Amino acid sequence: MTKEMVIFSPQGMLGYGYPMKSLENGLAYHPDVIAVDAGSTDGGPHRLGMGIGGVSDYATKKDLIPLIKAAKERNIPLIIGSAGGSGANERVDALANIVDEIGTEEDLELRTTCIYADISIDTFQAKWKQGHVMPCGVGPTISERIIDDTVALVGQMGVEPFIEALKEQPDIIIAGRAYDPVLFAALPILKGYDEALSLHLGKILECGALAATPGTAKDGMIGILRDDHFLVVPANDERACTVESVAAHTLYEKSHPYRLPGPGGLLNLEDCQFEQHDKRTVRVTGSRFIRDLVYSIKAEGVRKTGYRTVFIAGARDPLFIKQYDTIKQQTLQEVKDYFPEVANGTAKISLKSYGVDGVLGALETNDDFPYEIGIVAEVTASTQESANNIAAYFRSVMMHLDYPNRVSTSGNLALPFAPPEFPAGETFEFSIYHLIEVDDSLSLFPMKTDVLGRT
Amino acid sequence: MDDSLMKLAKVIRSKNAGPFALTIDILFKNKPIYDSVKEAELITEQTIASLYDIQPDDVLEFVFFDNANALKITIPRFHPSGSAGERDTYGAQQYVPMLTVPIPDEFLEKVRAHI
Repeated sequence: MTKEMVIFSPQGMLGYGYPMKSLENGLAYHPDVIAVDAGSTDGGPHRLGMGIGGVSDYATKKDLIPLIKAAKERNIPLIIGSAGGSGANERVDALANIVDEIGTEEDLELRTTCIYADISIDTFQAKWKQGHVMPCGVGPTISERIIDDTVALVGQMGVEPFIEALKEQPDIIIAGRAYDPVLFAALPILKGYDEALSLHLGKILECGALAATPGTAKDGMIGILRDDHFLVVPANDERACTVESVAAHTLYEKSHPYRLPGPGGLLNLEDCQFEQHDKRTVRVTGSRFIRDLVYSIKAEGVRKTGYRTVFIAGARDPLFIKQYDTIKQQTLQEVKDYFPEVANGTAKISLKSYGVDGVLGALETNDDFPYEIGIVAEVTASTQESANNIAAYFRSVMMHLDYPNRVSTSGNLALPFAPPEFPAGETFEFSIYHLIEVDDSLSLFPMKTDVLGRT
Repeated sequence: MDDSLMKLAKVIRSKNAGPFALTIDILFKNKPIYDSVKEAELITEQTIASLYDIQPDDVLEFVFFDNANALKITIPRFHPSGSAGERDTYGAQQYVPMLTVPIPDEFLEKVRAHI
């Protein structure tokens, strides 16, 4: 019999949901490991800055219960990466608490290894001063001050910490920020499977059924890894993997179509062969992994930039809309004249005018006359109070601004909400997006194992 | 709206590639159309520069991927994803300028059988 390993990805993001029938189908393949990604930088810098996730704890728990039970019953590891949206330490611990709750409620003893990914500012500062920090493609320029201003910093771990953790055979691994494909590649690499095929399979599985057609992250995918190829098949019978869908997925959310740099090396998919194995299954060969001379870890950090208040209004009067450009400029000028922090640039008003240029901004080429405009004013300032003050003043000016030929002297805007402004809290910006050269792929990622649930 | 590129492609999408870059994928309908687009240099770095108000040299990646009949373009974001002033945190709607890429009639004529 051919040596093979089955890897099951129940969904593209923990908390997105998945059909129970797909879970059943996936388990029918007798997986050797279940793995699921739980985070991304895509949602914005606030996840790292505020320590919040992209999905609710409710959804996380709901999705986790069947996965934990399935993995425990079969005595196979469940691996979760980039815990809680950002993969920061506190998010790993928060997920461990959810696992503990589930274990208690389901009367399961769950040996859980947490792998942490926070990097201390001091460590990063020292690495930077030693010249071991490189830009990661395009990104911010850093300085000692920007590093010091950074309030949260994580490193994207490679496959090695997972391999170390798996050697102790825990029931569950909860990892902080991790390179998504390695969650799926760790067990196969530990068991001696080809590194390039394992990582390429991981790259496909990390998005759940997104590489299928129809594609979605809210459903599962099965990977069957053998010595010289792998197969991918969606868990849901209504979906299929086609040569096209799998090849096209290679491009997803990456800067280059077939050169995918990650921790420790580059996955090169240029010469891959994608073949239709059966109606719903694709066979892949030819993935290559080119090891870096120096191992590097991608660091993601955010700094606090201030506070935000949002004001939302609608305009429907054609006279107002016709003169909107002037009205907008005049309003902004009056606000600037009133607040020194706006005049000196410490506070900013960013206007999104939906129906005009809301989505594309300066790139908008369509100048059709809209019948209504959705106005979103985003005010950012150094304190919440200042942002609130400016947003309220902006509203009162635009609401009552007099413009030529105006007929509606009682108010220019329709305000959908009372109160009309929303204090939105702290704002953040990605301040570090760099590679750190390390001697040891494990050194930045401490781990600990505890028994959670029934004790 | 000029929908010409939509005639040639089945997927035109954009998304962040990390917080500092925006990547645009165009998956053409089939091999013959893809080959023709590639050969005719229907879309170039200059096309991207004009649509996104950047210099051709600023285009980070402009790569055809034969395996997927795809063209991938990566450009820098105006500012890091989710910063103050953001219009599209995920970059999911920033492909829209690509829909206005003009396709010459003679090209459309040449590939008409494959559309």
